[in-house]
Amino acid sequence: MAKIKSTGAKALLESLRREGVEIIFGYPGGAVIPLYDEIYHCDFLQHVLVRHEQGGGHMAEGYSHATGKVGVCIGTSGPGATNLVTAICDAMMDSIPMVAITGQVRTEVIGKDAFQEADITGITMPITKHNWLVKDVNDLPRVMHEAFHIARSGRPGPVLVDVPVDVFRAIVEYDPDEVQNIEISSFKSDFKVHKVQVKRAAELIAQAKKPVLYVGGGAKAAGAEHLVQALAHKTGFPVTTTLHGLGTFPENDPLSLGMLGMHGTAYANLAVEHCDLLIAIGARFDDRVTGKVSAFAQNAKVIHFDIDPGEINKVRRADVSIVGNCAEALEALLPLVDETQDISEWRAELDAWRVDMPLEFNDGAQDGTLHAEWVIREIARLTDRNVVVTTDVGQHQMWAAQHFGMRSPRQFITSGGLGTMGFGLPAAIGASFGVGPDKDVWCISGDGSFQMCIQELIVATIYKLPVKIAILNNTFLGMVRQWQEMFWQKHYSSVDMERAPDFVLVAEAYGMLGLRCDNVADVEATIRKAMETDGPVLMDFRVVKETNVYPMIPSGQTVGDMIVRKPQQIEEPESTCHYQPRDTRMPVVDEVVDVAR
Amino acid sequence: MATAIAAQTHTITVLVDNRPGVLARVSGLFARRGYNIESLTVSITDNPNMSRMTIVVAGDADTLEQITKQLHKLIDVHKVFDYLDTPMLERELVLLKVQSEPERRAEILQLVEIFRGKVVDIADRAMVIEVTGGGDKIDSFEKQMEPFGIRELVRTGRIAMMRGSRTV
Ligand SMILES: Cc1cc2nc3c(=O)[nH]c(=O)nc-3n(C[C@H](O)[C@H](O)[C@H](O)COP(=O)(O)OP(=O)(O)OC[C@H]3O[C@@H](n4cnc5c(N)ncnc54)[C@H](O)[C@@H]3O)c2cc1C
Ligand SMILES: Cc1ncc(C[n+]2csc(CCOP(=O)(O)OP(=O)(O)O)c2C)c(N)n1
Ligand SMILES: [Mg+2]
Repeated sequence: MAKIKSTGAKALLESLRREGVEIIFGYPGGAVIPLYDEIYHCDFLQHVLVRHEQGGGHMAEGYSHATGKVGVCIGTSGPGATNLVTAICDAMMDSIPMVAITGQVRTEVIGKDAFQEADITGITMPITKHNWLVKDVNDLPRVMHEAFHIARSGRPGPVLVDVPVDVFRAIVEYDPDEVQNIEISSFKSDFKVHKVQVKRAAELIAQAKKPVLYVGGGAKAAGAEHLVQALAHKTGFPVTTTLHGLGTFPENDPLSLGMLGMHGTAYANLAVEHCDLLIAIGARFDDRVTGKVSAFAQNAKVIHFDIDPGEINKVRRADVSIVGNCAEALEALLPLVDETQDISEWRAELDAWRVDMPLEFNDGAQDGTLHAEWVIREIARLTDRNVVVTTDVGQHQMWAAQHFGMRSPRQFITSGGLGTMGFGLPAAIGASFGVGPDKDVWCISGDGSFQMCIQELIVATIYKLPVKIAILNNTFLGMVRQWQEMFWQKHYSSVDMERAPDFVLVAEAYGMLGLRCDNVADVEATIRKAMETDGPVLMDFRVVKETNVYPMIPSGQTVGDMIVRKPQQIEEPESTCHYQPRDTRMPVVDEVVDVAR
Repeated sequence: MATAIAAQTHTITVLVDNRPGVLARVSGLFARRGYNIESLTVSITDNPNMSRMTIVVAGDADTLEQITKQLHKLIDVHKVFDYLDTPMLERELVLLKVQSEPERRAEILQLVEIFRGKVVDIADRAMVIEVTGGGDKIDSFEKQMEPFGIRELVRTGRIAMMRGSRTV
């Protein structure tokens, strides 16, 4: 194609069009006004005006989680860019493909502490796969295509392109087809699966007596769920997933052990503890999974499938490693495994654990109390699990992981590696844009987390998104309170969230329906009402305040240290010994004594 | 996987794009992953678009494996070579300013001779000596100079190359 001539800003949009971008989440400011001027005239792109750049970043992540496409977000120079940092880091930790575009001060004043100057490429160097400061407009079109290529290839992740305001305005003459043919000789992402390694894996599999498949987010990224299922069904091997693997293997399958790790099921953790072969597929041996590494799956040989060579032997030495796309690898492996392998003894052992130590929950039938786990189970039942779920971070997140019972990949969207409170609502909004108006997205949130990106409510209202927000309100930073209860003698330091806005009024203020539910009898009606209502709904479930997530393997410990259920024999001391609920009234003016006098 | 053996050192050569910020990316990677750099040199190469880094790192074989893999993930990095089981040449250069009272000069010059060094500057009470060689040689030259009084010293850090006709 012939060369075309345009501004840098327009060239940037043209690159987005060519990369198939349909939606971007952003917030304007001085350094990106020229870009927003082009967006104003743009007819192929939906721009969602977020209310905080962090929200925009998480929306791009949620969109990407739900669709597998690259999420795109925009911020202006300085504070706009720094507000994106948390979301970029979150995407890095969870391997989410994302392109962040930031404005920068004029090239000639870079390095002079100009107004709203921040060295965002310096700041994000450790939390991006790569980033660019584009000082020459002639580089901009090519860099944009490189950015998308790097974000989505190999192990996915975020990249950032920083563009000075004058570069947006400068004129570039370029061949748009030519710049799309990128070749980065120093970037290797298409690792070919090694046939010999696949054969060795098959040999280990044939010898295994007590095998377990350990499936992570990489299997989802590869779209390998059918292959994972085929492998499990052909061999009869049980399957446990990480937090990010949830849904890759349907939890109603008899071979499913649910999630493993710190808050995984007892039987999944026992299975890993006792297995003689651990087959890790796109999972990275995170410390929330392994606990004490030297004691993790001590008697097991390990087969490790990962697309990132850096993950192999990083935490746990693999006996056989298969670098490359795990979909390709599983395809090669499947014909080599035997369907007649007899592991019935092992399966019986697993079933016994399953019966002895099931996941427990309180449905309130006995004592009328309302428990977060129960609300989650009811949401799952009433929606027929035919929804996307996002979560925030804390106890509610773990309960959602344990009790929802995921059925399909990309159904469960959560912040795992960084554990970012405030992720849930914007991620739900982004996911909703991704899956469209016919599928509800449920945001399971906590009263603490929800307040961290609460401003994005208005976006859900404006676009009438079917986002159903269930705040599991325990009036505590529950997860931290749990640690303080269990390991810090109930020193409830700074976890009390009793003083909170009235979430129902907040919903109304933001123009959506707000519902409160404070007893078991109303749970179903509340959920049904939310399902029947078009557009966003916010539910404030007033759940039991002080309950803990079990099972739990305390940080850095072993399966032997697992606390399977709430210890019952111990007489719980009243929670007043160290913890005095504060006087939370606002001081009356007369009451305020000037202590200085 | 921890070993009780005192940390070994390894030399690695990294070919990178000759672009601003590359050094920060490489050194940032070492810092945040807790790898210890003993020395790092950057130089031009026969290709103007490429720079060559020689990094001496402390750590066991597992650490070296991780360093190599993580370096490969940086987009600016073209090649990483770790010289494991490869005969190699290593060189450093030192400039050493030593106190040289006239009556002790001969003694110093003799040592310079032994180490095949060069006197590159001389003043009334000091001279600057240049020595090249492996790290051990330079260490021991320094030790020999200590009794005379070392006034200032600068070392380049290690550079390395494979022996034979192969190239990185
Ligand atoms: C409060 C809290 C508690 C938590 N508790 C738990 C817990 O109990 N259990 C648990 O599991 N997690 C828990 N987590 C999450 C945990 O921190 C990690 O985020 C998670 O375990 C990592 O999942 P993963 O191993 O699937 O890796 P991911 O982070 O999803 O990484 C994916 C891996 O797959 C690889 N990959 C990507 N694409 C491909 C491909 N195409 N082919 C092959 N490989 C590919 C990547 O290189 C990477 O190694 C918790 C988080 C929080 C916030
Ligand atoms: C941004 C951020 N700050 C702090 C934390 C530490 N943290 C982890 S869970 C948690 C409590 C979350 O409270 P809430 O959202 O109410 O959820 P709950 O645990 O009560 O279900 C905190 C403070 C975090 N993960 N993220
Ligand atoms: Mg809470």
